[in-house]
Amino acid sequence: MIIEKIKLAFQDLFPVAEPEVSAPEEKAEEPEETKTKKKVKTKKPPRLNGVIECNYTVHGYHLDVQVDADQLLDAVSIVDQAEFFIESITGVDWIKEDQIEIVYDFSRYDFDTCRVVIRTRVNRSSPVVPTITDIYAGANWHERETHDFFGIKFDGHPHLIPLLLPEDADFHPLLKDFKA
Amino acid sequence: MSSPIQLQPDETFVLNVGPQHPATHGVLRVKMEMNGEYIVNAETVIGYIHRMHEKMGENKTYPQYLMNLSRMDYLGAMGYSHGHVLVVEKASGIEVPERAEYIRAIMVELNRISSHLFWFGAFVMDLGGFSPLMYALQDREHILDMLEAVTGSRLTYCYFRFGGLYNDVDDEFVDAARRFIPRMRKSLIKYEKLVTGNIIFRKRLEGNALLSKETCRKYGATSAVARGSGINYDVRKNEPYSVYPEFDFDVPVYHEGDSLARYMVRMDEIEQSLRIIEQGLDKLPDGPIMPAKKPKLIKPPAGDYYQAVETARGNFGVRLVSDGTKIPYRLKLRSPTFSNMHLFDETCRGMMIMDALAFMGSLDLVIPEIDR
Repeated sequence: MIIEKIKLAFQDLFPVAEPEVSAPEEKAEEPEETKTKKKVKTKKPPRLNGVIECNYTVHGYHLDVQVDADQLLDAVSIVDQAEFFIESITGVDWIKEDQIEIVYDFSRYDFDTCRVVIRTRVNRSSPVVPTITDIYAGANWHERETHDFFGIKFDGHPHLIPLLLPEDADFHPLLKDFKA
Repeated sequence: MSSPIQLQPDETFVLNVGPQHPATHGVLRVKMEMNGEYIVNAETVIGYIHRMHEKMGENKTYPQYLMNLSRMDYLGAMGYSHGHVLVVEKASGIEVPERAEYIRAIMVELNRISSHLFWFGAFVMDLGGFSPLMYALQDREHILDMLEAVTGSRLTYCYFRFGGLYNDVDDEFVDAARRFIPRMRKSLIKYEKLVTGNIIFRKRLEGNALLSKETCRKYGATSAVARGSGINYDVRKNEPYSVYPEFDFDVPVYHEGDSLARYMVRMDEIEQSLRIIEQGLDKLPDGPIMPAKKPKLIKPPAGDYYQAVETARGNFGVRLVSDGTKIPYRLKLRSPTFSNMHLFDETCRGMMIMDALAFMGSLDLVIPEIDR
């Protein structure tokens, strides 16, 4: 099964072996709890980096990996070597936590179904992550789109100019504090 | 035909294909650096009809957003609505009655055929044959009439609701759909004689724009683009959703990787969609089309949800990030032709311009769907 294989490979990224790995495992329960309780106000502690195996029927993907921005290329190399294809790149603006999350989706062509989501969080004031265009050429447009919408700078991107927005656009419409 | 030649980059000029050009089927521009008839470099410029659907998603409640999905892809709108309702139903745990699931599948497949028919006509027109478009539109008209009678619109359907459907199908629709199946099968034979077997057509497409499996994977190509390159990938089979596991159908795969393979995949898919419709009509259960307890207010619990569906153009994904309110926190729409079009720039290098336009036709582009 590819899921176990990939999961082990990802766990190598997080060096503090057993306790660190089991901590995010407990985290997996947390979304379920917030579901039953309708209280959104309670501040939950920020999620630690690590791998979570998700319930596919609820969330629609198998593995949820959160990494630091400088671990991103290693994480993407793992899915590349396992012959995943790139599905999309997008962002989510968590304005209350003063962070922007960049979300990478990967999936597989064969019947050993495995969807992997790789996330990384950066500060809203300096949103810079390395580009993955050297690994996946098809990330080019996705990264340009994310740059358009969120103002994230993809370090090393060969052609980071507006894709969907007008060529002189200096605004980022999907930021939560964007005012038209 | 498209083998690389000795190019002299110092003798190039820039040619703008589009934004208003019949071969681009919409407002798409390709900046081509040309050496005579050969393309040295190409840069696709998109975004001319960008409408920021994703921002609209963050400002509208879930039911208000239903109609946006059909404005993305005007040829195969039903599949896109399907992805959206599925992800919201999954997130909020809404049960869908069986009859509604079957009708959804029938509608999506009918819409897929109508989309493929239009593509077929337009593609052959790109290559210089005008009359197949007229035959294709005639068949497509039957589907549009059927869908109009049930859904109320001809292209921009807003037919699916969270938990079910807007309107039940009547006997008239079932009869019309049953009559349509043999008619379409007869037409497929006609198309095969008229176009597929045509020697000019075949010579034009064989070996045109070869795509490797590796290129497809690096760019995330799906639909006939991937299946024409020997990749057996169809979301309906790989990650079954709705009632698709109940149906017996095949996924056509061709290994050549050229434009003819992509053409053959789509033509075979019409027959497979007919099979699904046929089985769906046979199995169509009685019962309600909306759940007994209609959800009054859609408020999915906080979390991150993803759903992929197979539309006429490929793998369409919706990511829904909910914060537990009645408005989505983030709604990402992953459009399939966005990825399929992206590999055009790399692949068309060294091709002759008319070959590149044939390749562009074989990608089945719908520009509002790329730009969103």
